[in-house]
Parts: sequence; C-alpha cells; structure tokens
Amino acid sequence: MRLELRDITKRFGTLVANNRISLTVEPGEIHALLGENGAGKSTLMNVLYGLYRADEGEILLNDQVQHFTGPGDAIAAGIGMVHQHFMLIPVFTVAENVMLGNEATGFAGSLDLDAARKRVEEISQQFGFHVNPDSVIETLPVGVQQRVEIIKALSRDAEVLVFDEPTAVLTPQETDELMGTMRQLKEAGKAIVFITHKLREVRAVADKITVIRLGKVVGEASPTASNQELAAMMVGRPVELTVRKGPPKLGEEGLVVQDLRVIDALGHVHVDDLSFSIKRGEVLAVAGVQGNGQTELTEALLGLQTHVTGSIKLDGHELVGRSVRKILDAGVGFIPEDRQEDGLVGNMSIAENLMLNRSFGEPFVKNGNLQLGKLDEFAQQKLKEYDVRAPGISTHADNLSGGNQQKVVVARELSRDLRLLVAAQPTRGVDVGSIEFIHKQIIATRDSGVPVIVVSTELDEVVALADRIMVLYRGRIVGIVPPDTPRDVLGLMMTGERPEGAVA
Amino acid sequence: MTTPTDEPNPTGHTPGPTVKEPPAKAPVSKDDDRWNAAFRSIVAGNAAVAFFSVLLAVLVGSLLIMFTDDRVRETFGYVTARPGDFFSASWDAIWGAYTALFRGAVFNPGREGGPALDFATQIRPLTETLKFAGPLIAAGLGVGLAFRAALFNIGGRGQMLLAGAASGWVAYQFELPWPIHLTLAIVAGMLAAALWGGLVGFLKARTGAHEVILTIMLNYVAYYLVFFALSEQSLLQAPNTVNPKSLPAHESATLPKLLGDRFNLHLGFLLALVAVAVVWWILNRSSLGFRIRAVGANPAAARSSGIDVGRTYTVVMMISGALVGLAGVNQVLGTVTSGVTTDLDAGIGFDAITVALLGRSKPIGIMFAGLLFGAFKAGGFAMQASENIPVDIVLVVQSLIVLFIAAPALVRAIFRLPAREAA
Repeated sequence: MRLELRDITKRFGTLVANNRISLTVEPGEIHALLGENGAGKSTLMNVLYGLYRADEGEILLNDQVQHFTGPGDAIAAGIGMVHQHFMLIPVFTVAENVMLGNEATGFAGSLDLDAARKRVEEISQQFGFHVNPDSVIETLPVGVQQRVEIIKALSRDAEVLVFDEPTAVLTPQETDELMGTMRQLKEAGKAIVFITHKLREVRAVADKITVIRLGKVVGEASPTASNQELAAMMVGRPVELTVRKGPPKLGEEGLVVQDLRVIDALGHVHVDDLSFSIKRGEVLAVAGVQGNGQTELTEALLGLQTHVTGSIKLDGHELVGRSVRKILDAGVGFIPEDRQEDGLVGNMSIAENLMLNRSFGEPFVKNGNLQLGKLDEFAQQKLKEYDVRAPGISTHADNLSGGNQQKVVVARELSRDLRLLVAAQPTRGVDVGSIEFIHKQIIATRDSGVPVIVVSTELDEVVALADRIMVLYRGRIVGIVPPDTPRDVLGLMMTGERPEGAVA
Repeated sequence: MTTPTDEPNPTGHTPGPTVKEPPAKAPVSKDDDRWNAAFRSIVAGNAAVAFFSVLLAVLVGSLLIMFTDDRVRETFGYVTARPGDFFSASWDAIWGAYTALFRGAVFNPGREGGPALDFATQIRPLTETLKFAGPLIAAGLGVGLAFRAALFNIGGRGQMLLAGAASGWVAYQFELPWPIHLTLAIVAGMLAAALWGGLVGFLKARTGAHEVILTIMLNYVAYYLVFFALSEQSLLQAPNTVNPKSLPAHESATLPKLLGDRFNLHLGFLLALVAVAVVWWILNRSSLGFRIRAVGANPAAARSSGIDVGRTYTVVMMISGALVGLAGVNQVLGTVTSGVTTDLDAGIGFDAITVALLGRSKPIGIMFAGLLFGAFKAGGFAMQASENIPVDIVLVVQSLIVLFIAAPALVRAIFRLPAREAA
C-alpha cells in the first residue's frame, strides 16, 4: 500500500510540532524518518496513527484520503505501529496479546484462543520469528517482545508498518536481526516507516531518508550520505561526531573495586564478583547489553543497592555500607541512567534541581534556611556555563527537552569537587548537539584528574570516551580491552564470548 | 485564593512545551507512577480550579435548596401556568438561605423591624467563624504538609483524639500557674499526636506499609483506646460518673478568650495562624521543606541525591501529626473545656482533608480554605435555625467542593478554563 502524507501541520498552543510535512512511502520501501529528539517525528506518527488530529494536511493510502478519528481507524485501514515502548500486557501470553483488541470469539463470547495461536504460528513461520504463542510476555527477551509487536501488527493485515525508535532497547545482535526482519517485510511488499536518530541504522536499511528538524522537513538524503552529512542536516550545523581527546594522564588508582557482588531482594545475583580499578584521569567505559548488571553496578557505587558484598574503595576509603549521602559527600558524582526517574524532580525548578544533593549545608543551606539568593546566583551562572536552553532558572525541569534536562544533571554533578564520576547512559535520549557538549564535559573531568566510569549500551559512545573498555555479561566481566578493539569483537564479547587475547 | 507569596518559584512563563520523546526504557507496568500522577494532580490543582469548584458547588447547592423548599415544590406543580411564582419562590429560597449563611457566618445586621443590635452582637458570627476556623486550619496544615510529601494522612481523627486526651489529662491533673500549665498541656497534646503520626511514617519507611491503610486503622485504635481510657476510673474517667468523660480542664490550662467573655473566640485561632507561618517557612524557606517537596515529587531522585526518604516520611508524619494535634488541643483547651470525650474531634480530622485539598496543600491557601469552612460551620447552623434549611445542605456543598477539585477536567470544561498541558 502506498502511504502519502500531504502538508501535515500540527500545533500545540503556539508550538508548531509539525509544519507542512509531506512524505511518500511506496510499498516495498523502507523510508527512514531521521531527526533529533523533539524534532516532531513522534508527533507525525501519532497523527498518522489517529492519536492526534492534524490541524492541516491529509493522509492518503493508495491515493484515498483517510479520516482517522482514532487508532482503531488507522489499524482498520492497514497501518501497524511498533511502538518504542511496547504496548503489550506483561502477564498475558503472546497469543493473548496478539488477539487483544481484536478477539476472536466463539459460543457465548468465549475466547477462541486457538485461532490466535494459529495466527501467531503462521506469521512466525512466514518470517522465521520463532515465537511460541504460549510464552508469557514478561518472560521473553526484549527483542522477542518486539517481534510480538510486529506479529500483532501483521495479524491485523497491516500494509504500512511504522517502527518508532525500535532499536533503542535492543542489543547490537537484536538490532541486526530487526534489520533483517525489516528487509523481509519490505520484500513482502510492506511500506515501512523507520523512525530513528541513529545514523548507522538508517544507512544500513533505508531506501530513502527524510530528515526533519524543528517540525519541518529539511531535506532528503540517500543512504550513501556520510554520517557527517546526515548529522549536519539533523542538527542544522556541522557536528563533531568523534570526541577529541588527548592520551590520558594517568595518576594513581582512584577507584578500586574488589569481589563486588550485588544481590536483589529475591536472591538473584546481578553483579557477580567484579574486580577492577580506575586510575585518576582515566575513563573506564562499561559496555554491555542493557540488563547485564550495569544498573546494579552503578547503583552499588552510589550506595543505592542494599545487598552488596565485596569492597569499593575510593582513594583508599571503603564505600560499601555507607549511606548515599556519605558517598556523595566523599566526592562521587552521579549521572543516573534515567534522569527523569533518578536525576531530576520534574516539578521543581532548574535552580532547585541544581541543589538537590546539597540540601544539608553550605553553600545553599545555613541553619536549616535555604539561601535562595546564593542559589539563584549559582543557577544563573550554571545556566550560562552549561548552555541550558530555558527561559530562566525558575523553569520546571519537566518543561525542558531531554538534552537540556541532562545538562542540568551534568551541571549539578560536575559543579562539586569530585573524586569519582559515575556516568550511566549520559547521552540517552539526548540530541546530537548536547551529546557533543556532554562528551566534552566528561573528557574535561577526566583531564582534571578524576577517575570516570561511563556505562553505555551504545558502542559508539563507549568507543568514543573510553581509555579502557570493560564488557559485562550477566553481571560478570567478559574482559577489559583497549578502546581500539574492533566493533565485532566487542559485539561478540557482549554476548559473553571471550575472544583470544582479552584480559579478564 | 491566589497566593503569590506562596510559590517559591513562580514559573513566570513556561516555555513552549518542548515535545519530548521519553527516554528508552524497558517496558514495565507503571501502576505506581499512574497513581502518583493522579494523586499529585489532585493535591496540587491550580487556584482557578479551586475557586471555580467552590462556585460550582454553591450553584449545585442552590438547586438542592430549591428542591428542599416546600414552597418551591408547591409552585413547581403549576410552573407552566404561572412560572413567575416558581422562579420567585426559588429565588426567595436561595437568597434566603445564602443570606442566612452570611448572617450566621460573617455579619448579622439584625432583622428588619426587629430590635436593633449592638455592634458586638452584629459581629459575633464572624468571631464564631474564626473560632471554627482555628482547628480546621491547624489540621488542614497537617494534612496538607503530608500531601506535599505525597503522603495521605487520613488519620486526623485518631491524632486529634490522642492529642485531646493527652492535653486534657495534663489540663485537669496538674495544678500549675497559667502560662506554664497551658504551654505544657499544648505541648503534651501535640507530642502525643506527633508520636501517633510519626508511627505511621516510621512503619511506612521500615515496612513499606501504605499510610492510607495505616492511618485509617489507627483511627479505630485511637478511638477505642481513648474510649477505654475514658471509661476507666483509674485512667481518664472523671470520678463518680458513668459517662465516658474526663474532668474539665483547669482554668490555668485553657486557651484564653481573645475578645472577652461575650465571644467564644479563643487563643487557638492565633495559634493556628502561627502554625500557618511556621509551615510556610518549613515548606518554602527551610532545607527540611526542600527535602519534603523533593521526596513528595520524586522519591527516587531524592534517594539518589542522598536524601533519606524513610526518615523524611517519619519526620513529615510527626509534624503532620503535631499540627493535627494542635487542632485537638484547640478543641479540648478552647472550644469545649468541660472535659475530654470521644467526639472531641467533631469531624475536623476529616474536614481537614477537604481544607487541605481546597487550599492546594499550600499554607496560605489552607488558611483561606479553613476560614471558608469555618464560615460554613458557623453559618450552617444559622441557616437551619432561621430558614429551616437542613444543615446537611452545607455538608453536601462541602463534599461537592472536594468532588469538583478531584475532577479538574470537569471544572475546566464547564468554565472553559484552558487545559494546563498541551495535547
């Protein structure tokens, strides 16, 4: 089916999220929609999916103008959506999820689960998905859950498939498999819209690329365009994609971790006998597929995990068993992986967020009284220094874009005297321009003689920042390797295989 | 009810809401988040919604007044023939009711043709309003402060009862000079309630028990505990009586009348105003309040920032309990000094929730909400006495206010207020 969007305009108040966007996707074509966070990609797709009504413009399928009043209409018309956050019910089985919203019923409204099961098996077979219709969703790996989403869309005879940032949660291997699936779907004649901000993936599968910025189409590109060209189109100015850094000036060992084990309340081991050290002035990047103990490791470093054994020594002082507050006081800076959950209080102002971990004493508190004057001055200064784009320091954190939120977190953490910086997914969901800035700040911190541990699931980021790379798999160290290790070797290590010559 | 000084950081202008794409995250069910979001939107609704909720409740109250009025129903029988009768009867009923409310709550000019009243009598209703408002404000502050930490303190009744019992006991048991005895009695009451409330925070922090369940259950525990103590000669019961009631408070421990013996208004109201100032300071100017707000808005971020969330819960519930306790003290040492009974709370523990909601959990807002509810209380009785309108109408209006505040979308739709968020 041929999809055409004509001059779609969508406004929220005074903000124009989509400004006369036009797009044509032919059957058997993968059309990538490339743009930064907040460029308006998701808004456009929500218009297509009937979740938003466009203020102007029209949607055409096979040259027929469509009027969607809700997702139900869009689905019926043959549009399928694979959401970034899966719309699956975790405690239901695959078959139950696939039939949800479109339940086949038998006598007196009884559910015809067999029909759903059959459908899952059919589609599964056709595309080689290997999905058991009776598996419960929450027991499946993320990559398989995504396949269930795809099956669900296909089971409604979708001819246009929209993938909204589908690789954000996937491992490199799962990403490759998804690319394969997308090609298969394309061969089967589906029209595919692929929304992403990852340049590598776009170039790997897209037939056509449309770049949008600030709600407008800024141009089309062919998959042969270079990363630099695409990034410049996305951001609107030339961007430095590689991080410029000199060789590390290594000092003595700052952080020494020995036999670290983290167990959760249910007795599952998340971090298993980790031993490593970081020198002052060095970046250790932790690579690995999400969910292999990275979160627990960073939380253990901060004192946020309760069942921790082993030893974490910072400048010779033991951190295990200390409260979060004491660990912060010892000079640990923490950029959490989910800034909205752990890094910021959304309905507090930028200024208040900047003092979040300093509410116990000088300079912002004196005898239990907030020193609002000092705080304002400090916040004004940081706003400038870190180039936070906001109307003012009293703007609530909720109202900032992802990149600016992250800059607030980074500003807060780097404006204390640090002895260690723990940065977990420091640029997740952050626009390309801000990534550049944040990377520079992290390297500057390293160069000031602070040991830095960076956790990232993006290999690009790991390679760009690391002085050494530590690969984690199932809570264990697969190896600690130099940053010039080939990507395929790293990818292999992330699946738990230890290549020849790697130091464990 | 705009409180410009109440906002530590008035967001003068919010930026064109940046369309955000949420960060990638494993798909997990977010029931807790949804509950928290709903909870926050209820307790932190904006001033316009609060104002229009009151207005809407008064309008609906008007309808109820019409339907309970005999003459209105009578004229409705021939409304098509003589609609004028129906409308004038309705108007009379509504106008009569609300003017009676006003006369009972603010200023009584005296009846036309009736005896001329002196100024003291005319202004007496206002002082009654203030008297009723005192404990409502104090307890409302307690509930509102807990709201700011995202805690729902429904235990006002139990906390007030314990405060009253402790305070009443000190007030009749000891013989001390006036200011010392009074101070001691106040402190004893507030302390008892602080411990009772703090227990909830402590249990929540330690065991993860939900404070709503805890406070509701502790209401029963407190009620029967006090009831038992009041029925035991060896404990609180006054000698030579079978009623569950204690001895009256000594003069030296009562809250002095502010305007002489002709008025019931006592020092409790001023104490409530002091509490408003203290809570305002805590929330907007103290580091403790900063932490309370941080924990209330995002406990995970607070924890990552080195704030002890559990301890904050305990401290908040202690202060909350103490404030609610002040309301109990107010009752026992000021409003009804004839002895402690199990109905000393007079429903204030629950009304406080309404007051806190209407006041948007902000001290100044709570003060005005408390005054309004004090006026309802004082005026409701006058309305019943002079216009024969059941006092329950006032309760219905109060309940409707809460209902409308809890359904901000409804109020916005009716009054065509702009939605707060785009899309």
